[in-house]
Amino acid sequence: MSKHKQILLTNVNQPDQHLIEHAIKRGAYERLQKALSLDPLKVIEEVKASQLRGRGGAGFPTGMKWGFVPRDSGKPVYLINNADESEPGTFKDRVLLERDPHLVIEGMLCAAWALQSEWSCIYVRGEYAFPYVRVQRAIEQAYEKGFLGDNVCGSGWKHHMVIHRGAGAYICGEETALLESLEGRKGQPRLKPPFPAVAGYYGCPTVINNVETLSNIPWIIDNGGEAYAAIGVENSTGTKLVSASGHLNTPGVFEVEMGYPLLEFIEQECGGVRDGNALMGVIPGGSSVNVLTAEECEGVRLDYDSLKNAGSSLGCAGFMVMDETTDPIEAVLSLSRFYSHESCGQCTPCREGAHWIEKIFARIARGEGQPGDLELIENLCDQIGGHTICAFGDTMILPYRSFVRKFRQQFRERITQVLKGGESTRNPIDFEIGMH
Amino acid sequence: MSFSISDEGMKRVESLKQKYPRIQSAVMPILFLVQEEHGHISDEAIDWVSEQVDITPAHVMELVTFYTMYRREKLGKYHIQVCRTLSCGLCGAKKLMEYLHERLQVEPREVSEDGLFSYEHVECLGSCGTAPMCEINDTYFENLTPEKLGEVMDRLAKELPDLDYSTKRDDMAESPKGFTKSQVLG
Repeated sequence: MSKHKQILLTNVNQPDQHLIEHAIKRGAYERLQKALSLDPLKVIEEVKASQLRGRGGAGFPTGMKWGFVPRDSGKPVYLINNADESEPGTFKDRVLLERDPHLVIEGMLCAAWALQSEWSCIYVRGEYAFPYVRVQRAIEQAYEKGFLGDNVCGSGWKHHMVIHRGAGAYICGEETALLESLEGRKGQPRLKPPFPAVAGYYGCPTVINNVETLSNIPWIIDNGGEAYAAIGVENSTGTKLVSASGHLNTPGVFEVEMGYPLLEFIEQECGGVRDGNALMGVIPGGSSVNVLTAEECEGVRLDYDSLKNAGSSLGCAGFMVMDETTDPIEAVLSLSRFYSHESCGQCTPCREGAHWIEKIFARIARGEGQPGDLELIENLCDQIGGHTICAFGDTMILPYRSFVRKFRQQFRERITQVLKGGESTRNPIDFEIGMH
Repeated sequence: MSFSISDEGMKRVESLKQKYPRIQSAVMPILFLVQEEHGHISDEAIDWVSEQVDITPAHVMELVTFYTMYRREKLGKYHIQVCRTLSCGLCGAKKLMEYLHERLQVEPREVSEDGLFSYEHVECLGSCGTAPMCEINDTYFENLTPEKLGEVMDRLAKELPDLDYSTKRDDMAESPKGFTKSQVLG
């Protein structure tokens, strides 16, 4: 399906890969045995050498995160696999959870060995009922085969793993909100510091990694950190799962080497833009990044630095494509509805700002926009950014600002056309009845 | 009115309490379990759950109202959640909602006259590459058109299969018979 190097999706098209005996035939848990033969600190060294960066969106170096965990705190160390995949446009972790759950579990076990953790948890978003069932079964199978339990692979090391279901809150993908939720509370983020590596789940040192991040670990153990670092480009090593959706002929999840040209990705992997239409824009990293117009996509590559230089971000690579028929006002209105629904309500600027901005976008779209509305949106964005506990507020304003800036002409036309008494040319993408 | 749970459910509650370093972590899975047995979470259920995990009823109420997957009211036997976020919106989620509104003649979160269906729009369900889509109870139906959704609903109304496979039936790793994803994909 792809000419690229395959690290994560190697076995996802095998229909029996979720069954442990078939996964073992294809090499599952061999890398765990190898990891157990290594000193835990050596495993961390390899992950550091790989320069693997967290795949959940923030891109923080994984080895460094592991290095923050104190080894002499006297408290248990916990490992949490963040499978609360809820960023609009992202559905890559679901493929791993559903189709290769033993890779996910093996990755967690390798990480847990490195951290000398005896308890780990997969936090799966509540709507992922089928992935939940798949992983739960896989955990049971791993217990039966002795890869989990009081004596992992006969090494004397003990490790227990549980799976936990979220209940429909986007914010629980934020690591401290996830911890709150896992402790049986509302998912409202904590102030940092202290960071979870020092005081996380019930106050104990806790590492929280994304599903894709952890699924890279077995390959790194098998081939070494340097071999991993040789894939991709500088500052963006390895491969990346890209969830491609929107106006594409063949959307889906693709594994590409970091640094793959963005426009070539659309043409070669995704079958091009729907119906041969021209491209209007791309949101490359999941909804919480700046939108790129078609012109801005020229020469851009899918890696952390290239997208940053282009004024956007790789995020978790939730790659949403909009063709020329898309109304940018309706598109950003749709996103603003998402954020106003998902703001956790803890910080006033985000809670109030998200709803206010949604209302302004909605009235512009309806043809009731006022002069000064665009400036008002920008002013609200300034008041939200940097004034909240977590990054939700900081990232929510990225699509708002960039849509208003880059499609200003369309916004202005919609507002002035209506002020002159013309009819709104609205073609909404949302069903309005029952909208909050 | 007192609240009770089945013997089987009680066994699972006890095992959930053992699963975590502290029992408070079990509150969310126990709430799911209560909802599976009773269809929604009543005031009595909230009191009962709070005793199980040793937290206040107000705290449990807070969770039930914060997390969108917990229901305070009864919905249709088949609750249809249509994803409306950007990728689904771009690919025609609105048509699915219009179809449901037209067919069922009720507003979002109201129950159809026969008690079988209710619907609403929800935020991103992580199925953007197979948009538009919906989740009916616990099962995803992807790459939909109003016609395909209509066919699915006709068959649900006729055959009344169990579409909850979240935690009740952990042996079930496939979609229910006759409603597999690939068939809906066509």
